[in-house]
Amino acid sequence: KEMTVRDALNSALDEEMSADPKVFLMGEEVGEYQGAYKITKGLLEKYGPERVLDTPITEAGFTGIGVGAAYHGLKPVVEFMTFNFSMQAIDHIINSAAKTNYMSAGQISVPIVFRGPNGAAAGVGAQHSQCYAAWYGACPGLKVLAPYSSEDARGLLKAAIRDPDPVVFLENELLYGESFPVSAEVLDSSFTAPIGKAKIEREGEDVTITAFSKMVGYALKAAEVLSKEGISAEVINLRSIRPLDRATINASVRKTNRLVTVEEGFPQHGVGAEICTSVVEESFGYLDAPVQRIAGADIPMPYAANLERMAVPQVEDIIRAAKRACYRAVPLAASG
Amino acid sequence: SATLTVETSVPFTAHNCDEPSRSVETSPKELLGFFRSMALMRRMEIAADSLYKAKLIRGFCHLYDGQEAVAVGMEAAITRKDAIITAYRDHCTFLCRGGTLLEIFAELMGRQGGCSRGKGGSMHFYKKDAGFYGGHGIVGAQVPLGCGVAFAQKYSKDGTATFSLYGDGAANQGQLFEALNISALWDLPAIFVCENNHYGMGTAEWRAAKSPAYYKRGDYVPGLKVDGMDALAVKQACKFAKEHALKNGPIILEMDTYRYHGHSMSDPGSTYRTRDEISGVRQERDPIERIRKLVLSYDLATEKELKDVEKEVRKEVDDAIAQAKENPLPDPSELFTNVYVKGFGTESYGADRKEVKAVLP
Repeated sequence: KEMTVRDALNSALDEEMSADPKVFLMGEEVGEYQGAYKITKGLLEKYGPERVLDTPITEAGFTGIGVGAAYHGLKPVVEFMTFNFSMQAIDHIINSAAKTNYMSAGQISVPIVFRGPNGAAAGVGAQHSQCYAAWYGACPGLKVLAPYSSEDARGLLKAAIRDPDPVVFLENELLYGESFPVSAEVLDSSFTAPIGKAKIEREGEDVTITAFSKMVGYALKAAEVLSKEGISAEVINLRSIRPLDRATINASVRKTNRLVTVEEGFPQHGVGAEICTSVVEESFGYLDAPVQRIAGADIPMPYAANLERMAVPQVEDIIRAAKRACYRAVPLAASG
Repeated sequence: SATLTVETSVPFTAHNCDEPSRSVETSPKELLGFFRSMALMRRMEIAADSLYKAKLIRGFCHLYDGQEAVAVGMEAAITRKDAIITAYRDHCTFLCRGGTLLEIFAELMGRQGGCSRGKGGSMHFYKKDAGFYGGHGIVGAQVPLGCGVAFAQKYSKDGTATFSLYGDGAANQGQLFEALNISALWDLPAIFVCENNHYGMGTAEWRAAKSPAYYKRGDYVPGLKVDGMDALAVKQACKFAKEHALKNGPIILEMDTYRYHGHSMSDPGSTYRTRDEISGVRQERDPIERIRKLVLSYDLATEKELKDVEKEVRKEVDDAIAQAKENPLPDPSELFTNVYVKGFGTESYGADRKEVKAVLP
């Protein structure tokens, strides 16, 4: 059976709302409009306006209200129409949500989920296209999840809602319509995916490729091409940006001795930079080649289609980097 | 004990609502209680000043002396099921909600026995079991948070309300108006309490606000201006506001108050206002002296008995400080506790990760 990521997210919300009356949704256009990206479709009708709340376009105000409701014991799911707008509310995510359990020595926990589409969309320019994984991933007290498949989306969102800590849940608009096979286990209402654990999507021997969200799909495509050229790539779907599953990453690198990190976000101080550091610290002696880093170009996102394509990683970038890591000559284009 | 009826110092001024009566019902027990609580707060804050100057308190430290009537008057009007959230000037609110002097001084000195086990500091006191939600360091941020607590109260059909306190400086923050709008749209039992002490740090209210009539700044939300130096007026206003909020949604209370200390311990508090202004308020409007006069005029205690109360609270404060000084520093292992409720055994690191590593509980 197949399921779209959109339906996976919608069913996860539905099931968790049904299971726990403390769970409620708030955000812009989540109710009557059925969600800007239809993730919350049908939930207003099913759970009523007390539990599905349309907010004004005022992120600082409604995010603060969501966090306050969590202080008092509710389990809010706050939707950002896109994570770009979470910048208006970043003080509440970091200062009000992430730090309060620590500052209060455990008196006030903050069981809240901040979710919405993150990362580069298509043709929407610089202010609507960037990845916040490294931003939120840098902050202790937060849990930061990034699903790729429908299984990830269902399992991780259900785990996030049940979790007693603040979770930043980074979806990707371009994946919402994609279908993935789902097992009966994944469709069961008790299914969750573990927070803090990466998933090996494809086993391999020669090079490790780490990726999250949409880039997992690209990494798998790259691995397919590489296998035809005799390179066996292991693809790790990080799933969890914080906690980061350093154990799985390092174990894989100790097996393959080579690493390519892939992300859509900016390279400087990025998720790849952190993974690279971890491998240098823990598995330096196992590395047979310098770590290769594939990331978004170090620029604000341009609008023009040709420039935009150059600004985000493509499958061929991953293939090239993997070959570099394996010391395979990269053929020069049309050199004659 | 017998009921007394006392007139407030000045009338309430209302915006978009009828004002409550100036006649406030009280009792000898309540008045004597106000006196003791405020004398204790005053003594506690003066002692914190000394401890700060002796370098036993670090970082930021914002003192509440002068504003005590707001804390005690509010507490007298509500229950511990109602919630309070405030900014960084939070010591006395915590005390009012049932926190102890030892928890306060131990927290100020960064000790294990502090209300936040030494991990919060002066600005981050909490007492969730008594409806006190902190203790917030970012100006204005506590207001949407308080509206969120009010949302949860309404959602859970508690029949309780939340008082979100902010200063005249924070009153100009954008997120305050965002939260006010949502609270009004959703009829939240949210009371916005502007403690107008007339200076946001060193900036006089009129230099920061085009309209310093904060009780009117909610426009479509009703408001009430209250003499915040009169504990009975504060009590009356808070009782009125809670009833209003449970029936009709948000309301703003502007408490006209004054802080004797500077904004924080790094501010002598004398460059942007005159010493005459401060001593004038002390002489004419001091919240403790107001209650002292009432107690004496109703023959509820003698001057000597009130002096004895002041001596007693002084001793309580001194004893708590002595105990706090003996209280141990937090165990180094506390560095890694409470990062998460559920840490899944995640590894966390100290400054040198090869040297200091921990598994998050």
